[in-house]
Amino acid sequence: MTQRHRLATGGHVDRARRLAFRFDGKSFEGHPGDTLASALLANGVRLVGRSFKYHRPRGIFSAGIEEPNALVELREGARREPNTRATVAELFDGLSATSQHRIGSLTFDWMSVNGLLAPWIGAGFYYKTFMWPAAFWERVYEPLIRRAAGLGRASGEPDPDHYGTMHAHCDVLVVGSGAAGLAAARAAGTSGARVILAEQDFLLGGDLLAEPGQEAWRAGMIAALAAMPDLRVLPRTTVFGFYDHGVLGAAERIADHLPEPPPHTPRQRFWTIRAKEVVLATGAHERLIAFPGNDRPGVMLAGAARTYARRHGVRAGETAALFATHDGAYDSVFALAEAGIRISAIVDPRTDSPAMQKARAAGFDVRAGSVVSGTAGRNALHTIEIRAADGRGRGSPCPADLLMISGGWNPAVHLASMSGAKLAWDEGLQAFLPGESAQRERSAGACRGVHGIGPAAADGAAAGRAAAKAAGFAPAAEFALPDAQAADHRPLPLYEVKGSKAFVDIQDDVTADDIRLAHREGFTHVEHAKRYTTHSMGTDQGKTGGIVGAAVLAEARGERLEQVGLPRFRPYAAPLTWGTMAGDAVGAHFQPTRRTALHAVHEAAGAVWMDAGIWKRPGWYPKDGDADLWASIKREARAVRERVGICDVSTLGKITVEGPDAATFLDRVYANTFSTLPIGRARYGLMLREDGLVFDDGTTSRVGPDRFFVTTTTAQAGPVMQHLEFHLATAWRELDVSLASVTDQWAAVAIAGPRARDVVGAIVEDLDVSNEAFPFMAVGECRVAGIPARLFRISFSGELAYEIAMPAGYAARVWQAAMAAGAPHGIEPYGLEALGLLRIEKGHVAGPELNGQTTAQDLGLGRMMKKKGAFIGRAMAQRPGLVDPARPRLVGLRSVDPARQFRPGAHLIARDRASGSDGRLSQGWVTSVTQSVVQPTGWIGLAMLREGEARIGTTMLAANPLMGEETEVRIVSPHMYDPENLRVRS
Amino acid sequence: MLIPCPHCGPRDEVEFTYRGDATVMRPGPEDGIEAWDDYLHVRRNPRGWTVEWWLHSAGCRAVLKVRRHTVSNAIDGVALAGQPLEADPV
Repeated sequence: MTQRHRLATGGHVDRARRLAFRFDGKSFEGHPGDTLASALLANGVRLVGRSFKYHRPRGIFSAGIEEPNALVELREGARREPNTRATVAELFDGLSATSQHRIGSLTFDWMSVNGLLAPWIGAGFYYKTFMWPAAFWERVYEPLIRRAAGLGRASGEPDPDHYGTMHAHCDVLVVGSGAAGLAAARAAGTSGARVILAEQDFLLGGDLLAEPGQEAWRAGMIAALAAMPDLRVLPRTTVFGFYDHGVLGAAERIADHLPEPPPHTPRQRFWTIRAKEVVLATGAHERLIAFPGNDRPGVMLAGAARTYARRHGVRAGETAALFATHDGAYDSVFALAEAGIRISAIVDPRTDSPAMQKARAAGFDVRAGSVVSGTAGRNALHTIEIRAADGRGRGSPCPADLLMISGGWNPAVHLASMSGAKLAWDEGLQAFLPGESAQRERSAGACRGVHGIGPAAADGAAAGRAAAKAAGFAPAAEFALPDAQAADHRPLPLYEVKGSKAFVDIQDDVTADDIRLAHREGFTHVEHAKRYTTHSMGTDQGKTGGIVGAAVLAEARGERLEQVGLPRFRPYAAPLTWGTMAGDAVGAHFQPTRRTALHAVHEAAGAVWMDAGIWKRPGWYPKDGDADLWASIKREARAVRERVGICDVSTLGKITVEGPDAATFLDRVYANTFSTLPIGRARYGLMLREDGLVFDDGTTSRVGPDRFFVTTTTAQAGPVMQHLEFHLATAWRELDVSLASVTDQWAAVAIAGPRARDVVGAIVEDLDVSNEAFPFMAVGECRVAGIPARLFRISFSGELAYEIAMPAGYAARVWQAAMAAGAPHGIEPYGLEALGLLRIEKGHVAGPELNGQTTAQDLGLGRMMKKKGAFIGRAMAQRPGLVDPARPRLVGLRSVDPARQFRPGAHLIARDRASGSDGRLSQGWVTSVTQSVVQPTGWIGLAMLREGEARIGTTMLAANPLMGEETEVRIVSPHMYDPENLRVRS
Repeated sequence: MLIPCPHCGPRDEVEFTYRGDATVMRPGPEDGIEAWDDYLHVRRNPRGWTVEWWLHSAGCRAVLKVRRHTVSNAIDGVALAGQPLEADPV
C-alpha cells in the first residue's frame, strides 16, 4: 500500500524503515515515529469509528490524549486492549487494530438509524425510557444498551503480561517536556537537584516537534539533560494524578510500543513519585467550536492538522479550511500550505487581526466576520457551509475535505486542580488558569496561559529555577532560550454556532441542544448537567469541549462562564489500565500468604489447603480409600470422637498482657471477669465492641500474678490487638500494662479425643497431667520432647483435649513426638473442616455466628456478662434493640431427612409459609452446616432464629431460593453433642 | 499523606490505621445510653481542622493524635496519645 498522503520530507518519522500494520483487517504501512492515527491518515483513512450513541461516522479529531473519536481495539487475543486512542498508540511492525462502536461494517453501521431517531433520544433518554417494567431491566434493556453502546471489548482472557510498580523521590518533578518543561528541567537540573522529567509522548518536545525552526534548540536541550547525572527522563510516562503531600501517580508504558514485552520486562509500570517541588508544564488542549456537523470525519483541531503535517509528514486532507477565533491558530494554515495542501478558506468571526492581515497578504481567502454553519459529506467531509457571524444572509458552500477548527486553548490544569489549587478565570484567554498554589507546585507555559515557544520556554526556565531554589538548591548556569514571537492566543468568545447536531462532546454524542435540555429539566449546575447529559464523561474527559458545554449552560442560565465553572478535575487525568493499577498484586501475589510453623509437616501429610484470611490452613488430609472429601473429614472427626486427633491451631491470635494492672485491664476489655482467675487456670472470654455487639472470643490464661496469655480468633487477631492498644493508649492511660503480639512466636497444636491424655502424658515432662492434678481449664509450664512448652487443658471439639504451645521453631519436633506417641492409639491429624464439624456438633460459635451483628444473648452467652464492674460494650449492650427478646437466637438444626443437605445462608421459614410475628417470611438464617459423625448422624447446623428457644422441637424449612432448595429441618438445642459437658472433664 | 510520627519520622499513610475522631471523650461507665450513642455514632463532619487518632500499625504501634485539615489533608500537629498537641510552628 502506498502512503499517498505522506510528504516526501520533514518531520520526525524514519522514512527509511517501513512498519506493516492492519486496521479492520486491511493491510497498511507506516514508519517509525508514526502513531496509529498518523499512519492511518498517511494512507488516506479518514473514517475510524462510529459514535457512541448515534453511531455517526467519526474521523481522527486530534493528535493527542484528548482524542474523542479514534478509539480502537489494539492487538488481538489475550492482549486485545479496548478504547485505545489511535492518536497516542505508537506504531509498531505487525500492529493490528479494530474500530469500535459499530454493528456491521464501519462504512455502513446498522445502528446509525439512531441518528434519525435523534430528536427522541436526547439527553436523559435512557433514564426516561428504560424504566418500566422493572423486570425488563436485566433481561432486555441492559443487554440492549450494552450492545448498542458497546465500548471496546476486553479480551476476556487473562492478561499474559506483567506490570511493575516503582516508588521514586525527587527534589523537582517536571511534568511535560514541551518548551516550558525542557527549560524547567534544565534550569532545575543545573542546581544539582534530583530531577525527574516525565513526558507522556515517546518523543520529548511537545509542540517543539511541530516547529522545525526550533529543532536545534530541542536537540541541544535533550543533550544537556542527558548529561545531568541526577536528572532522570521518563518518556512514555503519563502523570495522571496529584495527591496529598507531594505524591503524584504516573503510568510508564514500557512495552506498549512493541508487539510483545521482551522477556522479564513489564508492559507498564505504576510510579508513585514523592516530589519536594513540582513544575507542571502540561501544555494545553485545543478547544473545539460547536457548530452543526462539527463531528464529521475531516473536521480536526487546527493544531492537530499542523502536527500531522510537521511532525509526521502527513497531509490530513487535500483541500483545507480553517475556522478559528484567534490568531494562534493561523500557523496551521501556513504549515499546511507548506505541505502542499490547498487552503480553500479561512473563516473567522472577527473583523480584523494581525494574523488575518498576514494571511490575506499571503493570498489566502479570509472570510472575516464569518462562521462555519454546516458540513456535508456522507462518511467524510467534502463541503463546508460559511455564513455571516451575525446569522444574516444565506450560507455559501466552500469545498474542504479537511476543516481545521480552533476556538481557543484549554490549559491542561488537571494536575494543578487536583493538587488543591483553585482555578482563576482569565477573560482574555477565555480560560481557567491555575490559581494560587495549595501544594508545592507551580505551572509553566501553556498550562497557565503562556503560549508560544519563546515565552513558554522563558516561563519554564523561571519555574525550574524557582522550584530548585524552593527545594534548597541554587540554580547555576544560564542557557539560551528560543527567541520566537508568539501569536495572540486570546479568542473571540464564540463557543457555538447554533443549529442541530452542534456537538459539545463528540465522544459522548452530547450536543449543545442536550445541554439546554438538561438546563430546562432542572439540571442547571455544571456537575448535574454533566451527569445528565454524559458531557465530559468519556475517555477524553471533556479536554476539548468541556468548557464549550459550560459556555452553553452559562448562556442558558443567563450567567457568565466563570460563574458556571467547570466540573471538578479528579484523577485520572488520562485513562489508565487496570493492569498498571494492579501491578504485580494479582493471582497468588494479590496478598501475602501466611504459613504456620507446621506448614511443611502438613504438606508432607498431603493436606488440602484452605484459605483462612491470608493464612494457609490444612482443610483435610485425604487418604487412600476416602471416597470423597466428606469421607476424609468424617474420618478425621471420628478419630477425635473415638480415639485421638491432632490439629494445628497456630493461627489463633496470641497476645501477652503483663503489668501490675493486667487483671484490671482484662476485666475492662472482657465482658466476663479475669481478676478472679487463679494462676495456672484458663477461662473462656468474650469481648464486646463499644456498641455492645460481640467482637471476639477466646481462651485467656493466667500464667503469673501479673501475666496473662490472651488468645483471639484467627480472623480478629489484628483487630483485637489494635483494640487493646487503642484503649490502653487513650482511655486508660493510668493502667500499667504492656502488650505484645506473640502469634508468630508461639506455635500451638490441639490434641483431642478420649485418648488425648495417653498421648499428652507420654510426651509431656515436668507436669502431672492426671485429671486430678491437671483438670479441665488447667494451664501449666512443662517440657515436651525436650522443648519448653505451655500446656492448656482446653477444648473446642467437646472432647478431652489439650493444647500445647511451643516456640514456633520447635513446632515440627513437638508434632512428630505427638504423632509417634499417638500411633498406638490411632492418632490422626485433622484439618479445618473436621475442626468445624466438631465445633458445630458441640454448638460452639465461630466466625459465621460472631458476624458483628450478634449480641452475647443472641449467642446464648448472655450469662457471661458480669453484673458488676465496667467493661467495653456494657452500656450499649442494654440498648432496647439489643435486648429485644424476639431477636434471632442461636439454635441447632437437624435435617428431618438426615441425608438431605441444607446450606449456610438459607433462610428459615415456616413450613406453611406463614409470616412470623414480625410480619416477615424469613425468620432467621443458617450460619454453619456440617454432617454429624455421632448418632443420630446426618446433616446438622447452627442458625440464628427469631424466638429461637420457643421454636425448639418444631420443624421449619431451610429455604435457599438461589439454589432452588428447600429442606425440612428440626429446630434443636445448639448443644447437639454431650450437652452435660462431661467429656471435656473426663 | 505523610504523617510525621514522633518516633519514626514522616511516614506514608499506608503504615497507619485510622482510629477515629480524637475530639470526642469516651463517656464513663454510668453515663447512660444517650452519652454512649453520642460518643459512638454522632460526629461533626468539619470542613477544616480536626483532630484524629492514627495508630502507627505498620510502624512503632504508637497511637498518635493528629491534627489534619479535612479539605487539604494538611497536618500541622502530631503528638503521642496523652501528650498535648502543639501546632507545628512551621
